[in-house]
Amino acid sequence: MTEWTFGTVAAAVVMAAGALFNLLGCIGLVRLPDVYNRVQASTKCVTLGTLLLLTGVIILFGFGSMGVKALVCLWFVAMTSPTAAHAIGRAAHRSGIRLWEKSVCDEYAKDREGAVEAPAGSPPAEEVAR
Amino acid sequence: MTFLHVLMASLVVSMFLCLYRVMAGPTPADRTVSVDILGVLMVGFCAVLTAMTGRDVYMIVGVSWSLLSFVATLALAKHLEGRSFDD
Repeated sequence: MTEWTFGTVAAAVVMAAGALFNLLGCIGLVRLPDVYNRVQASTKCVTLGTLLLLTGVIILFGFGSMGVKALVCLWFVAMTSPTAAHAIGRAAHRSGIRLWEKSVCDEYAKDREGAVEAPAGSPPAEEVAR
Repeated sequence: MTFLHVLMASLVVSMFLCLYRVMAGPTPADRTVSVDILGVLMVGFCAVLTAMTGRDVYMIVGVSWSLLSFVATLALAKHLEGRSFDD
């Protein structure tokens, strides 16, 4: 990327936006107080940032030997990263990790009270200490 | 010190933030989230390496890294949930 044509400038803008999204997502991963807040901040920001970096590679090289591989990689990341975040959040809730004490709503606990025959008296979000 | 070096430096800073959360995370779910995010960041780093060198080897590394990171994250989430790997 030494000469600055229209394609390289567009790729540079898209890739700079992607790196900025990655950095903000990781700052959210460090700063936020809870597992669930960290999952939603970091997964959405970092997935979008990586998709923008791969889009920059496609803009820079076209659909050649590298652009098609970048397109395949973009499809894989867009499909697998939200699925992995959903699995982590579900597993964290089921393993009994509590929400932040200022959280106002826990819909999944309400759903599981209806679905699972829990022992009476103890809500499932607090039955296992972390 | 070109533009792509700046991108690589910001990605390395992001990876060190993820490694801080791996070390200091109070629950196992925090560490699992951080390892997942580290895998996705590594795919972006492979994209920047492809744009820097112009070789397609790094993009193959990125594809396989994204799939392996997904499988590892699912296995860790299932282990965190308290189930075994075959149900």
